[in-house]
Amino acid sequence: MRTARTFKAAGPLLLAGLAALTGFADAAQAAGAIEGGGKQNLNLPAIIMFFAFVAMTLVITYWAARRTRSAADFYAAGGGITAGQNGLAIAGDYMSAASFLGISGLVFASGFDGLIYSVGWLVGWPVILFLIAERLRNLGKYTFADVVSFRLEQTQIRSLSAIGTLTVVAFYLIAQMVGAGKLIELLFGLPYLYAVIVVGALMIVYVAFGGMVATTWVQIIKACLLLGGASFMALMVLITFGFSPEALFKKAVETHPKGASIMAPGNLVSDPVSAVSLGLALMFGTAGLPHILMRFFTVSDAKAARKSVFYATGFIGYFYILTFIIGFGAITFLMNDPSFYKVGADGAYNKVTALLGGTNMAAIHLSNAVGGSLFLGFISAVAFATILAVVAGLTLAGASAVSHDLYASVIARGRVSEDREVRVSKVSAVLIGIVAIVLGYIFENQNVAFMVGLAFAVAASCNFPVLLMSILWGGTTTRGVLIGGLLGLISSVALVVLSPAVWVKTFGFATAPFPYDNPALFSMSIAFAGIWLFSKLDNSKRAQIDRAGFEHQNVRSETGIGSHKAVAH
Amino acid sequence: MSAPSYDSIKNDPQFQELVSKRSRFAWTLCLAMLVIYFGFIAVIAFAPSLLAIRLGTGVTTVGIPVGLAVIVSAFLLTGIYVRRANSEFDDITQNIVGRQK
Repeated sequence: MRTARTFKAAGPLLLAGLAALTGFADAAQAAGAIEGGGKQNLNLPAIIMFFAFVAMTLVITYWAARRTRSAADFYAAGGGITAGQNGLAIAGDYMSAASFLGISGLVFASGFDGLIYSVGWLVGWPVILFLIAERLRNLGKYTFADVVSFRLEQTQIRSLSAIGTLTVVAFYLIAQMVGAGKLIELLFGLPYLYAVIVVGALMIVYVAFGGMVATTWVQIIKACLLLGGASFMALMVLITFGFSPEALFKKAVETHPKGASIMAPGNLVSDPVSAVSLGLALMFGTAGLPHILMRFFTVSDAKAARKSVFYATGFIGYFYILTFIIGFGAITFLMNDPSFYKVGADGAYNKVTALLGGTNMAAIHLSNAVGGSLFLGFISAVAFATILAVVAGLTLAGASAVSHDLYASVIARGRVSEDREVRVSKVSAVLIGIVAIVLGYIFENQNVAFMVGLAFAVAASCNFPVLLMSILWGGTTTRGVLIGGLLGLISSVALVVLSPAVWVKTFGFATAPFPYDNPALFSMSIAFAGIWLFSKLDNSKRAQIDRAGFEHQNVRSETGIGSHKAVAH
Repeated sequence: MSAPSYDSIKNDPQFQELVSKRSRFAWTLCLAMLVIYFGFIAVIAFAPSLLAIRLGTGVTTVGIPVGLAVIVSAFLLTGIYVRRANSEFDDITQNIVGRQK
């Protein structure tokens, strides 16, 4: 039954692939003869490699679906993922298209400023390791709500965590869907909507049939492809400049319209409040991303959880160094070549904004410039695979929040069979996929990196404070978490809506009521203060149970005694 | 180990030693990361010209190695923690758990 459905879903896609292969072969061959640098609308290698990736992941999904029997398999891959695999999978989950294309595009547009983002995106990892990773593994089972509700009242806490999860997933998914649509539109010549539907359909198949096992392996394959492709690109750039960063930077400064200012902090961070607020969102947002937190339940114990963060930090840090080189490489390789630009009638073009497909396409064009159409095809396929893998992780996190937290604990009050819970999760995955397609279509013209920033702000202001306080502070009560968490969630979303990025740029009002694009400094403070204050003021009966439960929780959190063990396969 | 005695673990001196050692270590490293990162952000916000100073006669600025150093420091700090946690702290945990059997 499962098998038949998997392949039914894959059928139309493969057909579309075949049509693409036969129809576009001539055009692609002709294009192949052109030296690297020309713009290609249809690229045979890209199509072949993308469908090879899809075929491989569908085979894995089929294999995973046969192994996925219990709820533990579906949500947490039976706890049978090794630290190394999980490190790669975390990196796969985290290295989104927004960071690959967005950061290299940001470096391409403004140089050094791109590094500020990548640094911020990395430094959350040590904090996750020091404060929550092993405790999460010791206390939780499938979702981070398991941990928050360990000693607190289940219904309310799981509702809050599910809302926090779904909000983050929604914003993050929109960003990924928009990125996917634009990318495929540019590379495959498919209409935007069609591209978004393909991505949505594939992520539904991965998650609904293969659960965490398939999702993990999709992440691992994608991480290897992305790291390999980005390494090759950076290597080609460095070879061109005789492995001298100075030579690379010198050429970039000569080429870039902003000149030497690309080597220093520019306008990205204009005032101290914005800078700190952005920093907090990037750093602690990571520690509140539900699809990342879920990954800690896939390993056998706390030791493996720690090691996986160490590996992931290494992979991700290395990757961000690569994107920096790639961004500078793109400046030197692309800016003097009009074939990468929308050129005006007089032959003039803006070296930054007129890049075909926008600045986010800098890495894609660079792959063509350094490796020709074959490598362009590879990187295009990798970028697409990257989006697919991240949306699959997000969908699984969202579906788990709906089935494990909302359905099993809140609606059915724990009176539900494992089978039924997993079925609900699969249905949720399908629904989330459909919603993602619709939202991706609606938000076609929003900036990708900005939407990710929004997801991080909510994660840092609701999920992270709630998780940290419930783990570390014995005085935390249900009411405190509920009110504080909601305040963090509402304030972060409200402040983003009132910020210049949305109020002025999206709604078209003249001035924004809230002057900063990133609310984390304020909304995180509100959340922590709220949890503390309302816990302190809480004299209810429930509060006594909550506080009394801390010692037991703390023993398990510190030692792992009584934690959910891996299911052997 | 169906019913571990949480009270006896809680009162186990070695458990208390584990908790205090690990939390001191974790918070110290956490603070180090925060200082490094927000130090970097503070310089960008208050004195961006410091990062724009050129190294020697080239175009490469101080900001480049500093930014790289922040990335590398994140990796090193996680390495330092994992090394100690996976040996010393896990050994203590083993002892505590062992006494419960």
